[in-house]
Amino acid sequence: MKKVDIIFEIDEKNTPFTILEKTLTRSPDAIILDLIDSGLKGRGGAGFPTGLKWKFTKNEVSNTKYVICNADEGEPGTFKDREILDRVPEKIFVGIAICGYVIGAKEGYIYLRAEYNFLLKNLLPKLDNFNAFLKKLGFDFNIYMKSGSGAYVCGEESALFESMEGKRGEPRNKPPYPTVAGYNHKPTVINNVETLVYVSMICGMGPQKFKSYGTTDSRGSKVFSVSGDTPIPGIYELELGMPLNEFVNEFGDGDAKAIQVGGASGFCVPRKKFNDTIIGFEGIPTGGSMMIFNSTRSMYNVLHDYLEFFNEESCGQCTPCRVGCQQLLKGIEAVKKGEKPPSYLEELKRLAVTMKLAAKCGLGQSVGNPFSSIIDNFREEIIY
Amino acid sequence: MSVTENLVKQLVEKHGKSRNSLMPVLQGVVREEKFLSEEALLSIARELDLSAADVYGTASFYTFLDTVPRGKNIVRVCKTISCHMKGKDEVIHAIEGSLKIKAGETTHDKKFTLLTANCLGWCHKGPVMLVNDDIYPELTPQKAVEIIEEYAKKQ
Repeated sequence: MKKVDIIFEIDEKNTPFTILEKTLTRSPDAIILDLIDSGLKGRGGAGFPTGLKWKFTKNEVSNTKYVICNADEGEPGTFKDREILDRVPEKIFVGIAICGYVIGAKEGYIYLRAEYNFLLKNLLPKLDNFNAFLKKLGFDFNIYMKSGSGAYVCGEESALFESMEGKRGEPRNKPPYPTVAGYNHKPTVINNVETLVYVSMICGMGPQKFKSYGTTDSRGSKVFSVSGDTPIPGIYELELGMPLNEFVNEFGDGDAKAIQVGGASGFCVPRKKFNDTIIGFEGIPTGGSMMIFNSTRSMYNVLHDYLEFFNEESCGQCTPCRVGCQQLLKGIEAVKKGEKPPSYLEELKRLAVTMKLAAKCGLGQSVGNPFSSIIDNFREEIIY
Repeated sequence: MSVTENLVKQLVEKHGKSRNSLMPVLQGVVREEKFLSEEALLSIARELDLSAADVYGTASFYTFLDTVPRGKNIVRVCKTISCHMKGKDEVIHAIEGSLKIKAGETTHDKKFTLLTANCLGWCHKGPVMLVNDDIYPELTPQKAVEIIEEYAKKQ
């Protein structure tokens, strides 16, 4: 497992500002080719190839296009974007501006979750400064700040657009995808905070250097948020494609029994599978959350916490998610109390599969990930 | 014109009279008045030419846009898994004892509202709480109570 220093690296010779100046002299197509060549995939969790997303949006014919930075980080166990926003905001601004240049947009937005409003004191003056710099360069582009108001589901891209448009944060049907109809139903690139920083760094150092990290399926590195039962919780940039056991050796407290990879909506990996689990797009992909549980923790409590979370954060728009979340929570409580037989868990698992197939957005579709992976691996703890 | 109507008018002037301004206007009222009163919601609906139900429907979707009266200081303690593992229950109990209210309630003098929140994004430094927009990580029950007492002294 290799520690990497790209995201937070401060390079006096190659500042974000000089990277932007240099990049704006290149052709948009060349930048897209570099991004595709780098193999960069979205770092918010879904992992869509960034270069392709930009290419699709560039190819749309429209007078108005937008770039949006998704800073609505809300996945339990994830706190890397807050750290990036706080420490290297200029790298994010540069990523947004480069995107604006490539796709032909005049406006960029950062949608910041309300829980991070305290960051604005630092961010806003830096953003003003950056917008002034863009003006000086003669580049007709401006970045604005938008605040959320406390809704996990607004991290889902189409819900985020709805929220920016002054509506309830309810996800839209897809297609159309944001590249065709996003914010204000115009072609929009929406990228995670970390993805945009990697874009500016790839533009600075070239795709080859980025590609030298990671594996064929998971190029580059990734910022991980490590929490739970670990002596060294915090933010770590690590090479993708690492075996989970190496991670546990480095960060565990010697007694790790399970790792929740990818936050509440991710997967629970038990100790016996540490050796053959890869963290990356070829194994378990993650938005960066790595939560470690040692043998003192009850996995029933962990699952109960997650289900309570989803119950509260489900937007309530579609029935599979709204009712499904409630029934999964009620169901494990009933099994625990002995009101339902252990075999009821199988019925609940079928419900989780239904949610995956029928829910409208990623929230409802992914509740089954923690549910089934915890039930399958820690059945006794759920029942007794 | 009442104070609230005036505030709404100013916010609409600042952010513009379009639907896209609804969130900043709602957020602006909450910043000043801590919650959205019926008067505020109706006034926003009038100014932005939306139905009152639409404005209420939008506001009530978001946990930070309260539609019931809140205290001058809003305390939000993170209750999600990492903070749970690090002792958020003890922190909440200590604050409840200090303010003599339960989570979800507002003190009689309207100075504090105590709420729980889903993940605040400080999982490596839990337990954590927000007081208004200020963040306080690595809490102990005692530290939390001291912070609350500081806010109580401020007015």
